[in-house]
Amino acid sequence: MFNLEEINRKEKEWKKDILEPYKIKHPEKLKEFHTTDGEFKVKDVYSPYDMKDIDYLEEINFPGDYPYTRGIYPTMYRGRPWTIRQYAGFGTPRETNKRYKYLLREGQNGLSIAFDLPTQLGFDSDEPRSLGEVGKVGVAVDSLKDMEEIFEDIPLDTVSTSMTINATAPVILALYVGLADKKGIPREKLRGTLQNDVLKEYIARGTYIYPPKASLRLTADIFEFCSKEAPKFNTISIGGYHIREAGSTLVQEIAFTLANATEYINAALKKGLDIDNFASRISFIMNSHNGFFEEIAKFKTFRKMWAKIMKEKFKAKKSSSLLFRTHIQTGGSTLIKEQPLNNIVRATVQAMSAALGGVQSMAISCYDEGLCIPTELAQTTAVRLQQILQNEIGITNTIDPMAGSYYVEHLTYMYEKEANKLLEEIENIGGAVAAIEKGYIQKQVNEAAYKYQKEIETGKRIIVGLNKYRSEKEESVQVMRVNSLVEKEKIENLNKLKSKRDKTKVLKSLENIREIALSDENIIYSIVDAVKNYVTIGEICAVLKEIFGEYKERTFI
Amino acid sequence: MHKVIRVLIAKPGLDGHDRGAKVVARALRDAGMEVIYTGLRQTPEQIVETAIQEDVDVIGLSILSGAHTHLFPRVMELLKENNIKDIIVIGGGVIPEEDIPELKKTGITKVFTPGTDTGDIIEFIKNNVKIT
Repeated sequence: MFNLEEINRKEKEWKKDILEPYKIKHPEKLKEFHTTDGEFKVKDVYSPYDMKDIDYLEEINFPGDYPYTRGIYPTMYRGRPWTIRQYAGFGTPRETNKRYKYLLREGQNGLSIAFDLPTQLGFDSDEPRSLGEVGKVGVAVDSLKDMEEIFEDIPLDTVSTSMTINATAPVILALYVGLADKKGIPREKLRGTLQNDVLKEYIARGTYIYPPKASLRLTADIFEFCSKEAPKFNTISIGGYHIREAGSTLVQEIAFTLANATEYINAALKKGLDIDNFASRISFIMNSHNGFFEEIAKFKTFRKMWAKIMKEKFKAKKSSSLLFRTHIQTGGSTLIKEQPLNNIVRATVQAMSAALGGVQSMAISCYDEGLCIPTELAQTTAVRLQQILQNEIGITNTIDPMAGSYYVEHLTYMYEKEANKLLEEIENIGGAVAAIEKGYIQKQVNEAAYKYQKEIETGKRIIVGLNKYRSEKEESVQVMRVNSLVEKEKIENLNKLKSKRDKTKVLKSLENIREIALSDENIIYSIVDAVKNYVTIGEICAVLKEIFGEYKERTFI
Repeated sequence: MHKVIRVLIAKPGLDGHDRGAKVVARALRDAGMEVIYTGLRQTPEQIVETAIQEDVDVIGLSILSGAHTHLFPRVMELLKENNIKDIIVIGGGVIPEEDIPELKKTGITKVFTPGTDTGDIIEFIKNNVKIT
């Protein structure tokens, strides 16, 4: 079918005889075209010749077969569509429970918990640092009682729950397991995901507590605990998403994520775990950003690179250890305050990229992203968006339909080369932790973010509704408000809890945690015991802060 | 009075999203101002103390978590308690329009919401801060 040399010759002829003469009367809009993050030049047209270095069977192959470029499973969406997993949570556990039941009724397949900032940072709702923050960006959780309320009438053995929690992941995991134990649900039945990715917190999201060494120990403890107690639970969701939201380029998103992943694996191996005992429970959370074809290529690149890293670098033997299983969130930072309904279009395109990119799970950023956390209507629209993509447009009828696109295959091939270059630079610095401590990663992300902003301000980057096509009249959408009495209610409940629980058991639990934190033992078991005695997150984290210290941010502008 | 405008860019509260704060800080610096960026997780007390120590002309507060309703007024309260009258305080982040009048009542001069051009912030500061 392809005589590549002939095609190359013909392309040169086409340029000379057809394209250039045409451009004299009809010039192209720009001197040069680039990928949406501005990093790479984009040709006028791609042909089979642009795939000349790509060996189909070696680099692309078939779905469910190494290196999994076309999909991690043989059947992909023909067997099972991606999970609809909207990120939700706010206010009190009771309000959050209500929203979860609503979303499950509307067709969401799995839960994704948003916790408030005090919970993410190890402060109880009644602590001074929590003032003004309780329940604002997620649900406020202080103790097992709150988990009980969040999951009232929600079956832990059939619903999978993803939890966006990082520095305090050990405690939240303990709460989830403690709740299951209380309900008589076997730990082996628990399905879900813990984000548990502190390295990206240092780079892009800011909810770190302890320094890197202690954080990696906690991560490895979670890997070990789950491999023994809750083998169906995904122990980590490495992002990805947040680094891109902080402003990184696409290649940086790939390289920094994989560099962080490498550190986690090394930490687990150092602990003495066998790679094939925990690798299949590693998962990812990526961005699905603008750049329709670029994002599709990105997901393929990730699958290929991950499979190669796991097989060649870490010598994993099981095929389940090689699979790049990923959730995505559509790029919240691409959504704007102006003309909010337009954001539905942006999110749809990003979701399409992800679907054509073969991801396992999706959360759509809602149209009111620039204003507040999502209203019920905005969340429902996001669920429906996914349901329409799954049911009405035929993209799930065949696997990896974008394979063979000369452009997409070129991008995939190029992104792998570029990401490997950046990964090597990080290796030379000493790995992700060293790169973070030196500010190497943060500076690159800051630089990319600043460049992006300048492009908007000079008009080089068009954002419809913002710097072009502004509307005189803006449609108004409902703004979600968290009930202002949440903080008061949570503090009252906390006081009640503390007055009712067994104080001796609480003190013993904390003493036990302190001892184990100072040792090499797995700390999760002692935290599970503590939460069952209604010890609070704040109390546990205070002990850990005492032992591990706190990470001191070096600021880079 | 200063020869160069001095600005403190601060992240009050627990919100860890600093992309906007850093971009603004850099833009102000590139426009010739002296910028101190506090980093994350500052209490209002820490912010006001740094502002006094660094003798700034402007404080820029950034919050995306919704906690601005408590934290921005608290900063203004502390400035009053310390009898600071000549620092201009501006805000930014995810702040609904309907919250802005209340914030202005506490003394916040202007709130720059998502989509703001950094040029507008630079112009505002230059128009409102006296230097020699």
